[in-house]
Amino acid sequence: MTTVMTTVTTPVKTSTLGQVGASTGAELLRIRKWPAVWVTLGAWLTLSALFGYVFNYVAYKSGSNSFSNEGESAASLLATIMPVGVPNTLVDGMPMFGGALMLVLGAIVAGSGYGWGSWKTVFTQGPSRTSTVLGSTTALAVFVAGTIVVTLVFDLGLSLVVAAAEGQHVVWPGLGDTAQAVGAGFLVLEMWAFAGFLLGTLARGPALSVGLGLVWALVIENLLRGVGTLLAPVATFTHVLPGTAAGSLIGSLVGVGGPDSTPGVVDAISGDRAVWTLLAYLVLLPVATVLLVRRRDVN
Amino acid sequence: MDELVVETRELTKQYGRAETGRLAVDRVSMTVRRGEVYGFLGPNGAGKTTTLRMMLGLIRPTAGSASVLGRPAGEPEVTARVGALIEGPGFYPYLTGRDNLRVMARYRGIGREVVEAALERVDLADRGDDRFKSYSLGMKQRLGVASALMGDPDLIVLDEPTNGLDPAGMADMRALIVQLAHDGQTVLLSSHLLDEVQEICHRVGVINNGLLLRESTVAELRGATSLLVRATPLDRALAISMRLAGDEGVRVQGDHLLLDVPAERAPEVVRELVAEHIDVHEIATSERSLEEVFFEMTTPVLEAP
Repeated sequence: MTTVMTTVTTPVKTSTLGQVGASTGAELLRIRKWPAVWVTLGAWLTLSALFGYVFNYVAYKSGSNSFSNEGESAASLLATIMPVGVPNTLVDGMPMFGGALMLVLGAIVAGSGYGWGSWKTVFTQGPSRTSTVLGSTTALAVFVAGTIVVTLVFDLGLSLVVAAAEGQHVVWPGLGDTAQAVGAGFLVLEMWAFAGFLLGTLARGPALSVGLGLVWALVIENLLRGVGTLLAPVATFTHVLPGTAAGSLIGSLVGVGGPDSTPGVVDAISGDRAVWTLLAYLVLLPVATVLLVRRRDVN
Repeated sequence: MDELVVETRELTKQYGRAETGRLAVDRVSMTVRRGEVYGFLGPNGAGKTTTLRMMLGLIRPTAGSASVLGRPAGEPEVTARVGALIEGPGFYPYLTGRDNLRVMARYRGIGREVVEAALERVDLADRGDDRFKSYSLGMKQRLGVASALMGDPDLIVLDEPTNGLDPAGMADMRALIVQLAHDGQTVLLSSHLLDEVQEICHRVGVINNGLLLRESTVAELRGATSLLVRATPLDRALAISMRLAGDEGVRVQGDHLLLDVPAERAPEVVRELVAEHIDVHEIATSERSLEEVFFEMTTPVLEAP
């Protein structure tokens, strides 16, 4: 070239915060338009409606005892499906199947992109690996928070329908109770979603990570807690596990009513300790994911 | 002033352990200058894509370094100024082509209006609202190029962009790259197709088995032109030719003579031959194709077990 270059490259300087913001916006767009994500949300709402309202209402009307309400009086059964019972009903299913579904969500959000090659494309757009992971987990967090709000409105709607059908006077749940339930639900679902995100990143694909994650959340932790009743060291170990913390936090809110309480809802550790354990996971899981993604070769 | 857009120094990637592993890229030092179309040429598996991945910070070099736009490869400031299509387009299958580009535009922090321009540029505007998974291979490839063009990057890296395209698609893609070059865009193009590189690249780096064999302009690589002469009687024509081109400058090829002289000396050669009463039947300039040069360079290596 003979001409003197007049344009000297000035590399784009973007703050880390700006990069995380850009990544979050991008991830929200692609998550929002992903059918699989809406299927997951739909499954959660269906399960919430069935186990929280439909089965209990049918049991109440028929006067029979279903597996989930054995030993409860008709009055207390009705109370759980009234608006005042929404905070408890909202979170009751979260430690077990709500968490499992969010784990699936986290795993597909993180894992699918390795097979599609979309992470490869994303990593060459500008934002650093750290920013992209933080952006993706932030988008996931926003989606989980939205899920809880939608579920709250959904449950309130169902309970109002039941109240109207039964001619019951509507007693609204306390604001404090509702806020506490929403907060606890957020911690629990978010923790499982981030755990899924880490697993999806580790396995570089959704299949293995979903499989392993579900076996862990649904089977292994329960088995370990069972062994823990016999062996004290195992019990101590289970007290720091994510499922125990999630179950204990919800258990501290809804109460653990003997052998017929919802699976996964436990009282292994105190509510306060459960909150701190979950908060620790909410920090550790994304940090571990960032460390993993930063040092990884992407093909 | 030649500004270096890409510079690698002894760039090396070893997979597995030193004794048993595979050396995918072996001490590659190459440079791409601003405003040129650089052809990165080599057979499949030669180490092209691995080298490009290291340049983009997708994988870490085992040794050596790569700098892009004067900074270490892979830094956010650098990747934001580079558009890339590396080993096949990677997009979200459930999104439309347009939405895929919008997602990437958001990652880049640029407006959505560039998406339309990019789709137009690769002739995908009318299929932009179809899902990526319904695209043909060629359309996916074009969407990958569109993504690389967004935001007017300082360097565009295209890894085998004509892969999977039909002949018309290949011609369109080459025309697009030529147009980019015409606009002063710096393009790093990897290819295993010699005619492609010969047609559109200014400079070429030839890589085989992870080693950069040669880096030069296309013309230099093909070497000087020679003069092909068919004249009778051959033995006397040879003697005269050797007087003109030197003893080492003439080769006999069948009933032809090949003279290592520039094309401008053709009239002089003819004049001398005719003055000595030799019949000149044919005279032409002969240029080696890149293909010949390439096989000359790579064949001994390929013959190794």
